[in-house]
Amino acid sequence: MITPGLVLIQLLNGLQFGITLFLFTAGLTLVLGIMNFMNLAHASLYMVGAYYAVALGSWAGYFVAGVLLALPATYVTAMAVEWLVFKNLYQRHHLDQVLVTFGLIMIFNEAVRMIWGTAGLYVTVPEFLSGTVRLGAGALYPVYRVVIIVVGCAVAVGLYLVIRYSRIGMLVRAGADKPEMVEAVGIDIRSLFRAVVAFGAALAALAGALTGPLFSVEPGMGDSILILALVTIVIGGIGSIRGSFFAALIVGVVDAMGRTFLPKFFASYLAPPVADAMGPATGSVLIYLLMIGILLAKPEGLFPVKVR
Amino acid sequence: MARVSPLQAALALFVVLALVPPIALALHQPYYLTFLSRVMVFGLAALSLNLILGFGGMTSLGHAAFLGVGAYTVGILIQNGISNGFVHFGAAIVFGAIAALVIGAVCLRTGGLSFIMLTLASAQLLYFITTGLKQYGGDDGFSFRGRSDFGAWLSLSDDATLYWFILTWLALATLIVHRTVHSRFGLALRGIRSNEARIASVGLHAYRYKLAAFVLSGTICAIAGALLANVAQFVSPSYMHWSRSAELLLMVLLGGMASVLGPLGGAAVFMILEEGLGHLTTHWPLLMGLILVLVVLYARNGIAELAGGLRGRAGIVR
Amino acid sequence: MIASSALPLPARMNEPGSGTSASSDATGADTAAVLSVRGLVKRYGGLVVTQGVDLDLRRGEVHALVGPNGAGKTTLLGQLTGDVRPDAGHIYFGNRDITALPVHRRARLGIGRSFQITSVFADLTVVENALLAVQAHAGQSFRFWQRALDDTRHLAEAQALLAHVGLAEQADRLAGSMSHGEHRQLEIAIALAGRPQVLLLDEPMAGMGIEDSAVLTRMLLAMKGTVSMLLVEHDMNAVFALADRISVLVYGQRIATGTPAEIRADPQVRFAYLGDAEFAS
Repeated sequence: MITPGLVLIQLLNGLQFGITLFLFTAGLTLVLGIMNFMNLAHASLYMVGAYYAVALGSWAGYFVAGVLLALPATYVTAMAVEWLVFKNLYQRHHLDQVLVTFGLIMIFNEAVRMIWGTAGLYVTVPEFLSGTVRLGAGALYPVYRVVIIVVGCAVAVGLYLVIRYSRIGMLVRAGADKPEMVEAVGIDIRSLFRAVVAFGAALAALAGALTGPLFSVEPGMGDSILILALVTIVIGGIGSIRGSFFAALIVGVVDAMGRTFLPKFFASYLAPPVADAMGPATGSVLIYLLMIGILLAKPEGLFPVKVR
Repeated sequence: MARVSPLQAALALFVVLALVPPIALALHQPYYLTFLSRVMVFGLAALSLNLILGFGGMTSLGHAAFLGVGAYTVGILIQNGISNGFVHFGAAIVFGAIAALVIGAVCLRTGGLSFIMLTLASAQLLYFITTGLKQYGGDDGFSFRGRSDFGAWLSLSDDATLYWFILTWLALATLIVHRTVHSRFGLALRGIRSNEARIASVGLHAYRYKLAAFVLSGTICAIAGALLANVAQFVSPSYMHWSRSAELLLMVLLGGMASVLGPLGGAAVFMILEEGLGHLTTHWPLLMGLILVLVVLYARNGIAELAGGLRGRAGIVR
Repeated sequence: MIASSALPLPARMNEPGSGTSASSDATGADTAAVLSVRGLVKRYGGLVVTQGVDLDLRRGEVHALVGPNGAGKTTLLGQLTGDVRPDAGHIYFGNRDITALPVHRRARLGIGRSFQITSVFADLTVVENALLAVQAHAGQSFRFWQRALDDTRHLAEAQALLAHVGLAEQADRLAGSMSHGEHRQLEIAIALAGRPQVLLLDEPMAGMGIEDSAVLTRMLLAMKGTVSMLLVEHDMNAVFALADRISVLVYGQRIATGTPAEIRADPQVRFAYLGDAEFAS
């Protein structure tokens, strides 16, 4: 039964997932656009952030403390990885970058398994955020998910303002355009790149930490969202934060709506076994078809950064 | 030490490989037979990838899709009672070519990062479609009895025969890829890899050449998939997962992209490492990842260069 | 044929856009022109880089395109090679409208080019570079079995081309390992492999020392008459040595066309180059 309430709920789910996806993707697209660096290990930093949040949260005794502490922890971890590995890769082929960061994913997944076990960690939504809120059309929606949406949007707005109007943002944009010039002006481009990587990782950690209670915190949790992030980047335009934002929301909503409503749609028009077979997969398939379609029509993405 | 020509080296290699079954059986180690069969299958897949990667400059992160196409073709046919080997391999070739044509036609309209992502998306698409095939095991895939039946011609139920069957395909593919790379088409393809912007001004439409290479490459990979289904008697969507595609890329890299047979060596190294490390510790992915990182960072041109044996032409220039 | 309004023919003296030429048809087009441009316009955002340019490349001539930096010479050339799509206007190759034709089709028709930033196939050997171009021109690049280097007829042609540009000794070297001057020579060989009627040269002297420039100039002079050439160039020595006619481009507009002597004497040209110092020698 497709009720307005159900639609509203799935829409919000889509938004929530989209915002989470955006937080993950922002760092990835920045690094891709500025340093032309394809960093698959971003998925690992997301995962590490989620683990830090749970571990630090239980040590501190407060969920929120865990989330907040996970950010600097991931920031530092990312800086270390950048210094050890990434900085040697910026001049290399994308192929090399893909393979090395893929290796890093293997390392991180196994390391996490070794430290915290294969089953993953379990964390629940804290008491004060665990209620539901009444929406129109008589639907109830978890407060926590609303919180995620709000926090995510706030971060997105903040990010936009910083990049657009602050000196750091200007440096980042300049570094993307002409790194040699930025260096010539006396800025240490290496530190700038390191900071960009680390900051992006912190954003991803926020996403991981916030969604911990919703999805499982387990080894390899970042791998599937990584693929979706790549799709988002391509749709939104490589290097474009604004593009990632809108693309992530589109992907999130299409995914949520597709998963829920396509099977029902198929069920009403096709025989049950076929509909059963098609439904769940089609939700994901839709996203890829969307990406392919957009890339063919607009190869630079919806909000391209540079006009060549 | 006298320089061995690539042709002699390749022939020697194939002779040695052909001798494995009797030796393995004499030593009562049939496991090596199965293992080397798998190595050759993935070597074939990696070899096909290198046609477009090493010689064509196209970084595809979705090549495993064709493995899946070939494997599922055989699996589905067997599941539906069709065990004729000619039908299996004929269908695998046809479907592999069609899939490569469609995927290539779409993906090759872009280049660089977009191409990488589009190939990834295409493979993921196929992956998700197969996870949705409930009657074929969905997520878990399915196993089946029996192998491709070539009737009176040969019986693949015997592991040694299957091994030689795979070896034959490998030799054939090596010949085809070798001739292609050194042909006029291959020259054009290498020119495209070297400087795609220039190729139009000599009158060639790059897209056409890349697509042709892509189709040839995908078809060979589908054959590898059909062989894999025979070896494992099992197919699952995991054959098409993007991490599989990354592994294929790694095999090519490990073996060196400058030679036709390098990828076979890369597959061997990768799989031996995987096996060996697996015996060493349950945490072998950690070591694997570490080795991967170190090799790519510091031993870029792979074992072919380290071995110094194979003549490396047209090395990859940044 | 060409339907255009005010079509300036290759101008005489100081009046671009006026005057007539000896051999022209009713629409005013120069019938001996192997490449004609009419009303070409190109905009990048708000900036009009090519403003309604008309140009003729006569058969057998060397026509130089000069102008101050930012004049839009490279963009204009890009529209002729097919790398840049004009927003308005037409390009004719003989009788044929090639405005919408992609790069590789123009190359097949006989329009060759060289690149400002040297562009050879660095990973292939020198002879493979030439062979690729020769086989491509012969339409035989889509062959899969025979070794490319066993193609004796085309190989001989490739080797002859290399000898013509002075690279016979270097045949087996990797193209990427040569000097800049040698790259230029190879580029000419690649362009000539296509047996072009028209050669579009983008700053061929760029980055060349005096000796190399002289060598290249001699080579181009030797080709005069058989190939019509349009070259964009800053090196005025080369321009005056090579060009039969010169067109001056300023802010996307062609302000003058004429023989070297005429251009040298043209006050508008001197103003464009020298600014206020109008009558500086």
